[in-house]
Amino acid sequence: MKKVRVTTTILAMAFMSLTAMSCKDGKTDDAAMPMSNEMYVESTTENADEMAMNTNQSSNAKQVIADYMILKEALIATDKDAAAKAGNQMVITLKGFEYGTYTAEEQKELKDIITDAVEHAEHIGKSEMDHQREHFKTLSKDMLDMVAITGADGKMYKMSCPMYDGGSAWLSMEKEVKNPYYGSKMMSCGKMEKEIN
Amino acid sequence: MSYVLTSYILRELSMKILKIVALILLVAFIAIQFFPIELNQSDTVPKTDFLLVNNVPESIQKKLEVSCYDCHSNNTHYPWYSKIQPTAWFLEDHIKEGKAELNFNEWNDYSDRRKNSKLKSIINQIKDEEMPLESYTYIHGNAIFSADEKKEMIQFMEQLRNSL
Repeated sequence: MKKVRVTTTILAMAFMSLTAMSCKDGKTDDAAMPMSNEMYVESTTENADEMAMNTNQSSNAKQVIADYMILKEALIATDKDAAAKAGNQMVITLKGFEYGTYTAEEQKELKDIITDAVEHAEHIGKSEMDHQREHFKTLSKDMLDMVAITGADGKMYKMSCPMYDGGSAWLSMEKEVKNPYYGSKMMSCGKMEKEIN
Repeated sequence: MSYVLTSYILRELSMKILKIVALILLVAFIAIQFFPIELNQSDTVPKTDFLLVNNVPESIQKKLEVSCYDCHSNNTHYPWYSKIQPTAWFLEDHIKEGKAELNFNEWNDYSDRRKNSKLKSIINQIKDEEMPLESYTYIHGNAIFSADEKKEMIQFMEQLRNSL
């Protein structure tokens, strides 16, 4: 009886290690996952291409800013889930950014800005409200620098809140102060600093 | 009579099932040891390393190496149990994520903009005691920041950030 048991155990172990090896092959399938993500990004890039053909060269930046504004609204409303969603959407748009039409120097600067912005947007996608706002501050700086190169499609305003983290800026489509760093706690804290065209 | 018999059979049966489950678990535990582990280890420290490109006081350097470098550099000091599955997988994921977020070995490859972002995050994470992770300090007791160490580290990182 004991002999049978030992044999069964050995057989089972042999079977398991075989399965383990075939699982290893399965693991390479998993590794293909990020690739399918890349493909997704690529397809959005293609969309961006089409958009660029139809409209002007700053349509890319325009889409980034549009996503940023949705994020800003979510922070004004102190809505963590909406902010996370907007952050994740922004990651996709940023990753699909088309650099083709800019000079080499501008491309370098833009790539730097966008790499940084992607990281902040990613964090906003998975963080609590206070962290989302911390990252929003740096993301806003990135957006201001981006707009300085790409130009803004239409009128925008640089707003600032002197209270949050030693003074923090954000971008807005309207002059009226609606504070994304504090929301309803201090909705009208801050001022319109300058107009961006 | 039949009740006694049923309960006897049930008990026997559940013992049998328990034995089978235990055996399966044991076999599975042995089997997963055959999975290859990708160790995060490197003999060389690149020229871009944080400690090489910055003027870092010894106390800060030591703290960074003890508390941060295991997951935020290309070289992890593995304790023996970390080579046993499933612990190794758990660690592998953490190290991968940690390095993607911040790799001190590649510090000088970051642009000033990204250095600024990284420093801001380092400062906030230490301030809020979110780093080092609890799952790490649970085993690495010396990785914990004392109040003084915290203050010193934050001060250093803020100074570095201002000098960018």
